[in-house]
Amino acid sequence: MLNTKDILETIAMIQEEHLDIRTITMGISLLDCCDSNIDTVCQRVYDKITTRAARLVEVGNQIEKEYGIPIINKRISVTPIAMVVAACTDRNPLKLAHTLEKAAVACGVNFIGGYSALVHKGFAAGDRELIESIPEALATTDHVCSSVNIGSTKSGINMDAVAEMGHVVRRCAELTADRDCIGPAKLVVFCNAPEDNPFMAGAFHGVGEPDCVINVGVSGPGVVRAALEKAGDCDLTAVADLIKRTAFKITRMGQLVAKEASRRLNVPFGIVDLSLAPTPAVGDSVAHILEEMGLECCGAHGTTAALALLNDAVKKGGVMASSHVGGLSGAFIPVTEDAGMIAAARSGCLRIEKLEAMTAVCSVGLDMINIPGDTPAEVIAAIIADEAAIGLINSKSTAVRVIPAIGKQVGEELSFGGLLGSGPVMPLNTASPARFIQRGGRIPAPLQSLKN
Amino acid sequence: MRAVITVIGKDTVGILASVSAVCAEHHINVLEVTQSILQDMFAMIMMVDLKKSTLPFPEFSDQLSQLGEKMGLAIHTMHEDIFNSMHKI
Repeated sequence: MLNTKDILETIAMIQEEHLDIRTITMGISLLDCCDSNIDTVCQRVYDKITTRAARLVEVGNQIEKEYGIPIINKRISVTPIAMVVAACTDRNPLKLAHTLEKAAVACGVNFIGGYSALVHKGFAAGDRELIESIPEALATTDHVCSSVNIGSTKSGINMDAVAEMGHVVRRCAELTADRDCIGPAKLVVFCNAPEDNPFMAGAFHGVGEPDCVINVGVSGPGVVRAALEKAGDCDLTAVADLIKRTAFKITRMGQLVAKEASRRLNVPFGIVDLSLAPTPAVGDSVAHILEEMGLECCGAHGTTAALALLNDAVKKGGVMASSHVGGLSGAFIPVTEDAGMIAAARSGCLRIEKLEAMTAVCSVGLDMINIPGDTPAEVIAAIIADEAAIGLINSKSTAVRVIPAIGKQVGEELSFGGLLGSGPVMPLNTASPARFIQRGGRIPAPLQSLKN
Repeated sequence: MRAVITVIGKDTVGILASVSAVCAEHHINVLEVTQSILQDMFAMIMMVDLKKSTLPFPEFSDQLSQLGEKMGLAIHTMHEDIFNSMHKI
C-alpha cells in the first residue's frame, strides 16, 4: 500500500498549492503542406491540423479526469509559417494566420504557436513578408502566437532583424491599443530559440522534429514555496536539496501525463519541459519562492543568486524524473503573470535592470513587461539586443516580450485577463541607443560558438 | 485499473459506510482501507479495484465528490499511477 503521508502530500499539492500540468502541446509539421498556390496551402494546413489534433482536447480532458490532475492548456505548435509560405507565388502569410486561427477554434485549443520566422543569420524567402504581417496577424486573431528568432550562439545576432522587431512590437501594440495592447503579449523575440518548446507565446515546431509530437510543460511554483515554508530556517544546501526533491515529484507527474497522452493519441512523446511556470493566482508565484528563501521583496539585492539556485535545483531534480527533457526548462519570470512580481514591480523594488540580470541565470528573458507607450522603436530594439547578447554569450535561450502601453505612462496599468495577468507600466532608461541600432549588420558569433 | 480514494473532513458517523456503499453498488472492490483521526479531522484512504466496475471512472469520481459535498467532506478519487510515479523511483 502507498504511504498515507505521500498520498496526502500529493492531494495537498494539487488542491492547495496549485500543482498542475501547464500545457500539453502537440507539435505538427506543416512542411508537407507547401505548394505554389497559397489557397491550396491553407486548405492543406487546416486539414492536417484538424486531423492530427482532432482528439487532443478530448484526450487531455480524459487524462485530467482520470488522474485527478488539472491540465490547464491544450495547445498546438506548427512549423514556422515563414517556411510554409516561402514556396508560394503570392506570399501572403495573413491568409495562413487566419487559417491557423480557424484550425485552433475547430480543435478547441487555447493557443496555436508557430507564426514564426528564423532569421538569426539573415532573411530567406517568406521571412520579411511574415515579419511585416505580424502586427495585423496578431490584431485580427485571438489564438495565434508569433515568435522571431533573431540570434544564436552559432551565428551571432542579426541586428537588421532586431531593428525591425522594435518597430513590429510597437505596431502590434498600436493596432491593439483598444484591447489593452494585447498584440505584443502574443509575440516573443528569441535568441537561441528551442525547437521543442511547449510554452506560449514562443512555441513552434522545429524543422528537426518528427511529423507530429507531444511535448508537456509542468508547473508548480506553489508547491516549491510551500515545501520551503515547511522546512523553516535551514541553510541553502538544504534549500537546494528540498527544491530538487520537489522538482523531481512535479516532473514525474509531467512525464506520466506526457506518456499517457502520447499513448492515447498515438503520437510520439517528445519532451517534458522542466520549467516552473507561475500564474497570477495567489500562491503560484516564482517571486514568492525567492521571498520565502529570505528576500524582503523580489528585486532586492540577492535576487539573482536566489534565482540561480532555484533554477539549477529545478533542473537537477527534474532531469532524473523524465526520459527526455527539453524546451526552455528553467524558472520563468513573466512579470504580469506572477502575483509576487506584480507586487514587486508596483512597489518599485523590481526594476527592468534587475530583471535583465535575472535572465542571465534562468530560462527565457524579459517576459511580459509593460513599458511606457511613448517608448521609441529603437529603445525596444536595444532591449532586444541586450537580451539577445546575454543568450548569445551564455549559450542559452533568451527572449523579449515587452508590451508598449499605448497612451499610458509609468505607474498606470495594463490588464490582459486570464493567464497573461496584469501589471504596472515599468520605467525604462530614456537615453537614446538610436545610432547603435541604426548601424544594422550582424554581431558576429562569439568565440564560444567554435566548439568543434 | 486501481484508484486511490481520499476522504478528508470532520469526523461524522457513517463515512466509511457511505463511501463503501457507492463502491459496492458499482461492483468496485475495496482492497485496502487506512484511516486516522487527528483531533476532529478525519482522513481515510481507500485503495479500490475498478476492473469489474459498472460505471466509467469519471462518473464514479463525480459521484463520490457529490457524496462528499453532501456530507461536508473533501473526497478525491485518483488513478493510483499518479502516486506511484511521484513517490516511487
